[in-house]
Amino acid sequence: MNTAIIETNELTRRFGELTAVDAMTISVEAGETFGLLGPNGAGKTTAIKMLITLLPPTSGEASIAGYSIRRRASAVRRVIGYVPQMLSTEGTLTGYENLLIFARLYDIPRRERKPRIRNALKFMGLEECADKLVRTYSGGMVRRLEIAQSILHRPPVLFLDEPTVGLDPLARKAVWEHVEQLRNEYGTTILMTTHLMEEADSMCDRVAIMHRGKVVAMGRPDDLKASIGREGATLEDVFIYYSGSELESGGSYRDVFRTRRTAQRLG
Amino acid sequence: MTSSGQGGRPSGSVESALPRPRNPLSVVVGFVDKTLAMSEFEVRKIRHDPTELIMRAVQPVIWLLVFGEVFTHIRAIPTGDLRYIDFLTPGVLAQSTLFIAIFSGIALIWERDLGIVHKFLVSPTSRGALALGKALSGGVRGLPQAVLIFVLAVILKVQINWNPLYLLGVLAAVLLGATAFTSLSMIVAFLVKTRERFMGIGQVLTMPLFFASSAIYPISVMPRWLQVIAHINPLTYQVDALRGLMLAHGVSEYGLGLDFGVLLLTTAALVTISARLYPNIVR
Repeated sequence: MNTAIIETNELTRRFGELTAVDAMTISVEAGETFGLLGPNGAGKTTAIKMLITLLPPTSGEASIAGYSIRRRASAVRRVIGYVPQMLSTEGTLTGYENLLIFARLYDIPRRERKPRIRNALKFMGLEECADKLVRTYSGGMVRRLEIAQSILHRPPVLFLDEPTVGLDPLARKAVWEHVEQLRNEYGTTILMTTHLMEEADSMCDRVAIMHRGKVVAMGRPDDLKASIGREGATLEDVFIYYSGSELESGGSYRDVFRTRRTAQRLG
Repeated sequence: MTSSGQGGRPSGSVESALPRPRNPLSVVVGFVDKTLAMSEFEVRKIRHDPTELIMRAVQPVIWLLVFGEVFTHIRAIPTGDLRYIDFLTPGVLAQSTLFIAIFSGIALIWERDLGIVHKFLVSPTSRGALALGKALSGGVRGLPQAVLIFVLAVILKVQINWNPLYLLGVLAAVLLGATAFTSLSMIVAFLVKTRERFMGIGQVLTMPLFFASSAIYPISVMPRWLQVIAHINPLTYQVDALRGLMLAHGVSEYGLGLDFGVLLLTTAALVTISARLYPNIVR
């Protein structure tokens, strides 16, 4: 039986000459935590942007919970939650107010808004600072607030784009603990990107390793590590093995410059 | 969040999040509600940090107290039966809301860099509601300016028409004009995408809009080519409406019907364009 909740078929996006995502075909089961791995500029964020309907694909198709991202974008938006790479909350508002706006944008009925917001804040361990301005929050707290916001409408699928980038180790650990709890309590399907192979190893059921827009390897972290036939291999070794290059983005200065510019444009 | 998700069944089941079938009325109600939510977002920001609004108050004070007083005194500008300061006051009201509106689009570039725009676009909110809500908030920012200018007008003994209906008319003209120019500013932001370019274009837009309008002198004193531009400038019609509504002895030269017609059409067109361009800013 097919229980895939995220499916892509030859999903491709080009920016001029650059093919940011090249014929990506993946399938994520309901309840799974799936990681897209790769260095900066490998195409992870572009892939996510297509899946969450921010960027139309150049060719290929994808569906979330059975809805095509091309033809049923507004249905897709109701079944997904999204936490962007940037720390994206409004600093001049309180944590509660930030969530309130989104409760309205997600059509949560008026009488349910307050309890849902309080519950989400409690779940992410932020109830005490709900009424403080977000600009007084630490980076880890902002990230947890964002996750609280992204689960307000109880989405079956959650997209996390580099959820721990720029956080200190303690904040990072707290974020992972909450994501883990989310997964256990609500069975949320999670698709996340990261360039930190260790985090992916401990968090993800399966991973797809991307290199210059292509998926070069896919599977359970342990299977992938075993597949390269080396004792004590890490996901980093797996990446090097399958991409045939070091875990640095781009070779030449030009490449780096271009990927940086693209990354910036994709913002 | 606690009650669901028991019994091993994921609360995040697809069924619970499915879009419900919706009738046309609930679509309209949803649109209005989300538009207001977007505006409320802005209003709450101002409430927590009103610094910007306070700084913005400086400019109209200077225009009315310095420029207005001096030019009233020297009687250089032919304004018929109206004192120059009476003629100028509605113009300064339009101008100060224009200045707030025309630079408000930069907030979108800022929010794009923060990733906030991404989250708005990923939510099930129509682009029209996102665009109109943001544009309306530019109108709301103009309202404190209107209050301030009324206070200054009283101090300067400008003869105000206190009829509540006319005051409502002033409110409508301020909101419409500011919404239109905020949309224009958003369109610029969607096209140029960077702060530096935006500031440059903002400066380039403001001065022609302001000087090629009837805000500080009647169109009749302009050279012919400038008169043509002034007649296609929506600000001219906003000023004209304000002059007819705000002043006890004011007359609207083109008629309130035409003034509001032009303002409504301009607003509708600009909001439509900005809704279409909205998703571009994250691509």
